[in-house]
Amino acid sequence: MRPETEGELAEAVRGANGPLRIVGGGTRGIGSVSGELLETGGLSGVTLYEPGALTLVAGAGTPLADVEALLAAERQRLPFEVPDLRGLLGRDGASTLGGVVAANASGPRRVQVGACRDAALGLRFVDGRGAVIKSGGRVMKNVTGYDLVKLLAGSWGTLGVISEVSLKVQALPEAEATLCAPMAVGPAVAAMAAALGSPFDLTGAAWAAGEVRLRVEGMAGSVAYRTGALRAHLGGDWRVVTGAESAAAWREVRDVGPLQGLTGPLWRVSVKPSDAVALLDGLEAEAVLDWGGGLVWVCGEGDVRGRASVLGGHASLLRGAGSAFHPEAPAVARLAAGLRAQFDPRGIFNAGLMG
Amino acid sequence: MDMPIPNSAVLRDKARIVARLAAVLPRDAVIHDPAETRAYECDALVAYRCAPMAVVLPRTTAEVAAALKVCHELGVPVVPRGSGTSLAGGAMPTADCVVLGISRMTAVLETDYANRFVRVQAGRTNLAVTGAVEAEGFFYAPDPSSQLACAIAGNIAMNSGGAHCLKYGVTTNNLLGVTLVQMDGTVVEIGGAQMDAAGLDLLGLVCGSEGQLGVVTEATLRILPKPEGARPVLIGFDSSEVAGACVSDIIKAGILPVAIEFMDRLLIEVCEDFAHAGYPDCEALLIIEVEGSDAEIDEQLAAITAIALRHKPVELRQSQSEAEAKRIWLGRKSAFSAIGKISDYMCLDGTIPVSALPYVLRRIGELGAEHGLRVGNVFHAGDGNMHPLILYDANKPGDLEVCEALGAAILKLCVEVGGCLTGEHGVGIEKRDLMDVQFSATDMEAQMQVKDVFDPAWLLNPAKVFPLEASAGRRVG
Repeated sequence: MRPETEGELAEAVRGANGPLRIVGGGTRGIGSVSGELLETGGLSGVTLYEPGALTLVAGAGTPLADVEALLAAERQRLPFEVPDLRGLLGRDGASTLGGVVAANASGPRRVQVGACRDAALGLRFVDGRGAVIKSGGRVMKNVTGYDLVKLLAGSWGTLGVISEVSLKVQALPEAEATLCAPMAVGPAVAAMAAALGSPFDLTGAAWAAGEVRLRVEGMAGSVAYRTGALRAHLGGDWRVVTGAESAAAWREVRDVGPLQGLTGPLWRVSVKPSDAVALLDGLEAEAVLDWGGGLVWVCGEGDVRGRASVLGGHASLLRGAGSAFHPEAPAVARLAAGLRAQFDPRGIFNAGLMG
Repeated sequence: MDMPIPNSAVLRDKARIVARLAAVLPRDAVIHDPAETRAYECDALVAYRCAPMAVVLPRTTAEVAAALKVCHELGVPVVPRGSGTSLAGGAMPTADCVVLGISRMTAVLETDYANRFVRVQAGRTNLAVTGAVEAEGFFYAPDPSSQLACAIAGNIAMNSGGAHCLKYGVTTNNLLGVTLVQMDGTVVEIGGAQMDAAGLDLLGLVCGSEGQLGVVTEATLRILPKPEGARPVLIGFDSSEVAGACVSDIIKAGILPVAIEFMDRLLIEVCEDFAHAGYPDCEALLIIEVEGSDAEIDEQLAAITAIALRHKPVELRQSQSEAEAKRIWLGRKSAFSAIGKISDYMCLDGTIPVSALPYVLRRIGELGAEHGLRVGNVFHAGDGNMHPLILYDANKPGDLEVCEALGAAILKLCVEVGGCLTGEHGVGIEKRDLMDVQFSATDMEAQMQVKDVFDPAWLLNPAKVFPLEASAGRRVG
């Protein structure tokens, strides 16, 4: 099924005879879901773009690449730096805006501007009864009623099929610079903490291919000043890359370059940044750290999920045997199950994916 | 203001309810003498008052859970209360309810500068959260004007903003985790010190749910390193449209000030009379503040100045000193006091797309004239969160009603142009009856279904947010 309008989508859901497998571009989904294929690619098109208000509204099936090109032409971008995981996960396809929101796909700049869910101003979705529901709107300051936008963001298609999203966009900075230095993971986490605790407003703090990378963006004078100030604040030897070289370094972090092409279980772990060291200690695995250590990509054997649990964090399994999502505490699981029952009473949306 | 009919069975049962609460709480945590419960009869929406049946003031999550369990068992509605600073009536009681105030829960539980978070009991005031971390050079960013008094729990309930939120986001963008107690006493840990939700984003759902999904007793909050410095610039314009266009150009240029405040002629004149800050005589002014080192501030202000000059301002005032910076802010910060001195007023908080600003200001002027009341405009121009101040006379019969009608018309206008009813204050009781301007019955049903999951008995703050007819089937009374 590939509805072309929201109305057709609602009809398709109402008329569904059994489980549905909801797919945008198929580029970043995790776990496995069976059911009749419901593709969202037909719900495509930008309906509003106001650069002066930093607002974009588009159909959920709009290709991410189209959105990025449209924004770039106005010297703007999506602030939360969407990862391209095709190389990591071995996928083809073209990411859609709805899929980005459903996965809360967020890259290195999350450490400063927040995640996709923090930039999502509003959305429209079709629930399991085929009802069209809207939440939020086009404005950043909106506390009218419950925030179903946050609930649908990162819900992986289990509560509804998103048909339209409104996003806050951001102007491209005049300049960017990245400080790089090779170090082991322990000192790396400490360096990132020191940098993120400084007033120099980092937009990225990661550890990849054995080196720490710290990014600043903004006006040219400001970037030059903060590069120097950070170096002085941290001490030690730092190599500075700018412009295209800096951008390439962050694409590598964003898309988890160092883990591409590897085989074996692949995890995406969320922990307190300082716990990244304990998570990895003694593990026979390759890892990339982002968000100062708050996001850990791990490829290798070992009880990554157990370690994450002990540290109070959680781990999603992207490749390997086991459930994709981390088991939840009973009280949380009860609430989540209750919400799924409300929004998807027949249990047809990516059934079994999250609980 | 319509409120549900108090449940007479509950009212008759008062003595037993109070005894049951007293059995699970310390003696000084249960208040039922009408002379004392009166203190909880309203929040900052003072036009509407109703003393609760009883008040409980627990000190721990366990006490909160015990109190809620009793109320759940006996079918007693509960209205949670932080500091009672809500401008929307979020903490307004009904005669049959128990107000559950958490203002005694103010402790700092954990500070972690390496991981940049602080964990506090949710009765702690907003400013006191920053107070707990500022010695180490950190701050908690969301800064509603009431921050000296308002509680984190209230900030979470309403998803509060503040002047700083243009750059740093609102409460939901700075909240990492909560301890939530459901109406049946279940204690749920949602989120924590890590950045992502493990599954559904229940934290984002709870934030802004106006005390209807659970009582937040503890919160994990993001803290940020203090910037090196900040400086404002004041720009006067001979029309609001030009001021609005200037804001748009600054945003498009990629400059992100920490605040952009707008004031119209009425506000400028009233504030100048009150505060004597030396504001210019003009139609509209902007106060723009930027952060960074001195050099970075200079760089940003140079860019802002260049943009502003293209719009031919009637005044452009930089501050050369701390004292001058204070003076620039003085008028704006005294806006509500200044207005309050000359008139009763109603403060709205509708939000609009920034591009609609000139049209909306013009329409507000027209609507004000139609209703025969003056409206002053002060607002956070960077994110379109308006604060129309409607001046009326509380001593003149019928004036409050005209004021409310004008307020409703202005909020409908905000929704018409693609905005919303409330950007910061929440729905509470104040905007309940306008919810159907912004939401269809289906939209509201979806939201009410969420409450059905967290509080199937609809005992927690049941008279708020949703029009009473819409929630009637789910509530008693």
